[in-house]
Amino acid sequence: MILEKDVVVIGAGPAGLAASIEAAKAGAGVLLVDLNLKAGGQLFKQIHKFFGSRAHYSGTRGYDIGRKLVREAESLKVDVWLQSTAVGVFPGNKVGIERILDGGVKKLYTVHGKAVIIATGASENAVCFKGWTRPGVMGAGAAQTMVNVNHVRPGKKIVMLGSGNVGLIVSYQLMQAGCDVLALVEAAPKIGGYAVHAAKISRAGVPIITSHTIVEALGDEKGTVRGAVIAKVDSHFQPISGTERTIECDTIAIAAGLRPVVDLTRLMNCASVFEPVFGGFIPLHNTDMETSVKGIYVAGDSTGVEEASVAMEEGRIAGTAAAQSLGYLSAAEAGKTKKLLWERVNSLRSGPFGERRLTAEKNLLEHFREEIREPQPEIMIGGLAHGAD
Amino acid sequence: MALIDEGYLEFSELQEKQKLPDAERFQRGPVAVLECIQQIPCNPCEAFCPFGAITVGSPITNLPVLDAKKCKGCGTCVAKCPGMAIFVVDKSYSGTKGSVSFPYEYYPLPQAGDEVAALNRKGKAVGTGKVLKVTNPASFDHTPVVTVETDLSLTDEVRNIKKGVLK
Repeated sequence: MILEKDVVVIGAGPAGLAASIEAAKAGAGVLLVDLNLKAGGQLFKQIHKFFGSRAHYSGTRGYDIGRKLVREAESLKVDVWLQSTAVGVFPGNKVGIERILDGGVKKLYTVHGKAVIIATGASENAVCFKGWTRPGVMGAGAAQTMVNVNHVRPGKKIVMLGSGNVGLIVSYQLMQAGCDVLALVEAAPKIGGYAVHAAKISRAGVPIITSHTIVEALGDEKGTVRGAVIAKVDSHFQPISGTERTIECDTIAIAAGLRPVVDLTRLMNCASVFEPVFGGFIPLHNTDMETSVKGIYVAGDSTGVEEASVAMEEGRIAGTAAAQSLGYLSAAEAGKTKKLLWERVNSLRSGPFGERRLTAEKNLLEHFREEIREPQPEIMIGGLAHGAD
Repeated sequence: MALIDEGYLEFSELQEKQKLPDAERFQRGPVAVLECIQQIPCNPCEAFCPFGAITVGSPITNLPVLDAKKCKGCGTCVAKCPGMAIFVVDKSYSGTKGSVSFPYEYYPLPQAGDEVAALNRKGKAVGTGKVLKVTNPASFDHTPVVTVETDLSLTDEVRNIKKGVLK
């Protein structure tokens, strides 16, 4: 039997929750599926206060935003299926979902969504060095989940690889949890993330060692990490022989960026491009966040790795557009909302840190408009008017 | 630039990027020092200042600008800044001592009266300090603000304390 829903949203992180809320608010029947035990995605491990404008919950801690979104989705009667994995999306907007029911029984459902919003997020990149498979080497995201969600320290003495915002923030949070962060190692000659995040760990005495990488994870008699061998790198990021030194530690956390999870959009043959600014292969979309396949929308990190604040706005755009496509909103109503949301996304992509993303996004939208189809009219993208007017 | 290369601000770098309160204002009592020098989209400091002393305006990536005349040194911005980049410095109450208030999100919290090692922006101990107070109302949302007294000459440098009490 095929279940029917107006909108099926895959992934209950910030993008998926925001999309569900907007679609449900407009009157659409929404099914939100997520493979985890809890909705909220990464928001519940983000214990820091968010940047951004007051209009986008800035100054609020990630988990509080998560709670607020989950409550809002519940109050709007969004149907939330947890421990439910979307195992496929098939032509005709049919979503295959493996759901774990009470008692651990797994059941396979097929749900037809008149619109499907894919918000599957991103996964961490690994860095391979000798010993990288030893117990004690992990993604920074895993270390963050351990301390902030499960309240377990991954180790006592940590070396972090990567000085983007994830590396900087997770280092700080590991220290808050009582770990010693011995060093943050960065291959580039400069710190990648926001200076204010770097300043927090610097004033706590953590050295940030730029132009260096980890070349080996040393193991003890059981094979678990007992040290990190770091080395200086040349301008091509190659380790320079003879510059190695060892930092004794029991945990190595890797924060080498994230890549969008695009399995479902690939399965649907959504037109995709490689855009390094957004973390790799991403599905193209228009200003409705709709992909090259009609009725399939994307939002959040799965369409380009950015921050949760951007993911939420993209989710809201996708949810609004999906509701509009089903007749729950007039073109005028939806157009007004989408315009406001795009202005908010653009403001989050402004300034020297956002510029590259703003430009890349403009190019992607242009690409879609020229090669795939015209988007909804009357939407302004960073001063670039599309469609009518 | 030390900030991007090494992760900390040199005071000279800060002076270059942010207009700090002048000596006369520092003499008049506690005042905020905004150590926000990168154009990131963020404005809670502006929204939460009870005296309207901080302006970000539009675009939201503007650096915050302090109106030192309006600032009362209350410390609300210290707790609200998501970048933990605002401090309150008081150089007014003694010819030899001053105080620095900073956000401190670690356990255990220090207590008033504790003698502590005072750290600079690089995390290096540059002197000793005495904790004057720890402010942690619900409105600060788990970002306690610690005020530590140090030598007056160190108030432009001290931005943190080392965990634990000095013997």
